Amino acid sequence: MIPFNKYYNQFNFLSISLVVVSLLFLIFKGLNFGIDFKGGTLIELRSSDTKINVSSLRENLKQMNLGDVSVKNFGNQKDFLIKFENSDNKNIIEEIKKSLDNSFGNNFNFRRVENVGPKVSSELLKSGIIAISVALLLMLIYIWIRFEWQFSLGAIAALFHDVTVTLGLFSLLGLEINLSIIAAVLTIVGYSMNDTVVIFDRVRENLRKYSDIKIFELTNISINETLSRTLITSVTTLLALLSIFFFGGEILKGFSLAMIFGVIFGTYSSIYIANTVLVRLNVSQKTIIKEED
Amino acid sequence: MLYFSKLRIIIVSLISLFFILFASSNFFKTSNELLNKKINLGLDLQGGSYLLLEIDNTPVIDQKIQNLTIVIKNYFKEKNIRINNIKLINQKISFSVDEKFKQSVLDEFTDEESNINPYYPRFKSHQLDILEKNNSFIVNYSKQGIIELKTSSQDQALEIVRRRIDEIGTNEPNILKRGNDRILVELPGLDDPMRIKSLLGKTANLTFRFVTNNTEDSFGAEKLKYEDSTDEAVVSKRIILSGENLLDAQPRMNNETNETVVSFTLDRVGAKRFGKATSTGIGKQLAIVLDGKIISAPVIRDTIASGSGQISGGFTFQSATDLALLLRSGALPAPLNIIEERTVGPDLGQDSINSGIIALVIGFILVILFILVKYKIFGLITNVTLIINLFLLVGILTMFEATLTLPGIAGIILTVGMAVDANVLIFERIKEELKNEKNNLIAFDGGYTKSRTAILDANITTLLAAIILFFMGSGPIKGFSLTLGVGIFTTLFSVYFIARLLTVLYVLKNKEKKGLI
Repeated sequence: MIPFNKYYNQFNFLSISLVVVSLLFLIFKGLNFGIDFKGGTLIELRSSDTKINVSSLRENLKQMNLGDVSVKNFGNQKDFLIKFENSDNKNIIEEIKKSLDNSFGNNFNFRRVENVGPKVSSELLKSGIIAISVALLLMLIYIWIRFEWQFSLGAIAALFHDVTVTLGLFSLLGLEINLSIIAAVLTIVGYSMNDTVVIFDRVRENLRKYSDIKIFELTNISINETLSRTLITSVTTLLALLSIFFFGGEILKGFSLAMIFGVIFGTYSSIYIANTVLVRLNVSQKTIIKEED
Repeated sequence: MLYFSKLRIIIVSLISLFFILFASSNFFKTSNELLNKKINLGLDLQGGSYLLLEIDNTPVIDQKIQNLTIVIKNYFKEKNIRINNIKLINQKISFSVDEKFKQSVLDEFTDEESNINPYYPRFKSHQLDILEKNNSFIVNYSKQGIIELKTSSQDQALEIVRRRIDEIGTNEPNILKRGNDRILVELPGLDDPMRIKSLLGKTANLTFRFVTNNTEDSFGAEKLKYEDSTDEAVVSKRIILSGENLLDAQPRMNNETNETVVSFTLDRVGAKRFGKATSTGIGKQLAIVLDGKIISAPVIRDTIASGSGQISGGFTFQSATDLALLLRSGALPAPLNIIEERTVGPDLGQDSINSGIIALVIGFILVILFILVKYKIFGLITNVTLIINLFLLVGILTMFEATLTLPGIAGIILTVGMAVDANVLIFERIKEELKNEKNNLIAFDGGYTKSRTAILDANITTLLAAIILFFMGSGPIKGFSLTLGVGIFTTLFSVYFIARLLTVLYVLKNKEKKGLI
């Protein structure tokens, strides 16, 4: 049996530090919002001329007074991603097309164009925040109904940790937050919950079975009993996610990366956060016997 | 948990076959109505444009309230109630009356049968709010009145948008209302969204008005710019003809001038008015005004009584075609703004399909190999179940002709990764049971029974997340939540019916074998 409980204090300290650092990053560095949430225009270009590069494209676009323009390669040398803030000019795409054709010849294929107005982007951000909050709340209520409030608190602490640290990591690395990241965060919520519930289920079962074992020991037994399942499921999920990350194309990169972080944090938090909350709240057989009266 | 009746086996097999049949209908053509279903590809996979249009209702409301001033004036005149000083202040109508008329004015506005102030029983509200202070009134649209105006302009705009898109002939456009001032347009497989965007961005309000030199025209006059130059002309506000009078408009080549023109045919009322205007106005310039800009202002040389004519204005064939299209499909009640646009080219869509399928196949193989190595014969059972699960998932999506998006494919891959979880939970539990239990059958039965609550709880939490995503997300994200959510049901079905059946068959054959799992 692996003595997970030996390190409860150390890992709790680590988790709290991680959450605090993440929150600091979120507050002071903030998130790199994509056009979904900030508004603006995104163009994905493919050039058939290998001589065209990021800097020549940037030079050309600078002359168009687009404000803050970002030009990056997207996955490979011939694909480019151009982003700029909202412009009042309704025909901006057409004008960019003309300008690029004039400067570089007819070598571009506009593969994707997205334009999100300021009103829509603020609505999307609002609904994203609402969705994540509602998800957390529903999980809280669900666990409360199925278990006891102590378990519910433990699960929410774990979820809060996963969401905060994943977003914190995105802030640290400056990765873009768009709609698919919100989807990833919600899936992480579901996945982390999934992991926590399996261990909690075992804790509850063991609480009924043994009246003389303290929760400190009991959580460790339960974690160990479910450990192989936790690891196998994490591995298969990660295999699927890695496959999306490496082969699923550029568009799904951010999504799968967020999920990969989330699965790792989620697995960690079900062991080292959810359970330690039960220990600290001194859950005992009485806690669940009451439930069955 | 280990007992399976024959009937149950038959039902489970039939259900599985049924969905596998549906899943496979994506890959071949059939004349069978029921089976001839396919998964729809989302715009991100087949290429196309998603446009969210917002109706700018301010001019409509301003215009309505301006018209209302005249309506109120005439209405009370007919009723012999004298109202004074009626005027517009801050888009509100204000007027005053003598003390003796005060009550009757109020009555007119608050009567539920009122002609001047319609009552909406559904909302328990009048169209207009009226405020009285010292015998002077302020009239304004009520909240419900504004909503009614918006809804009606949305209905009209939707109709015009549909006509314009139909005229271009895109295949299977999706045009839907969103809220009370937005219209969502989805155009699959469109290769040039620029044209649609420019067509939808035009109100196409066409008027024929005389150019006047004297600014004291009794109808008032305004300075308007020419479409293709900075020149200006003073144009009367009196409208001779408007777009509503057009029956048809077509691009034509004028043989005399070798110029592309838009020829139009007028309805009876229009033809009459046009004939009269051209007979009395010979020598004058008739300005053709589109959305506040003069296209051209030809000098009238002859009376035109035929009810048809031509608009010239330095058109290319494309611009003449587009103008004719706009005139045929009618004017929008209010300007539309594109507040969100997402366009994916067909080649990127195809690339996404390819990479999605590659990721699915590789992810699937990795998971299958891992499980096979880990659980041997039971890994094989899990894998067979996983394949059937995939067919079930695709089959259900096909049956409902659901829309598959790129994140949707990611959802399927994720389902593959997470679907084994239930089987893993069961198998690990069985292993634990076998530590204390010599009888294989009892251990397997215990494994299934004892892992059930954990499996249910775990799947319900994921389902909750998927449901929230489904209701909050749009387009591609909805596709993800759909596959993830449906995947949970197919997983539970395949684990509890198919995998269990296979497990039972194997265990019953090897009752006595040690170290079964």
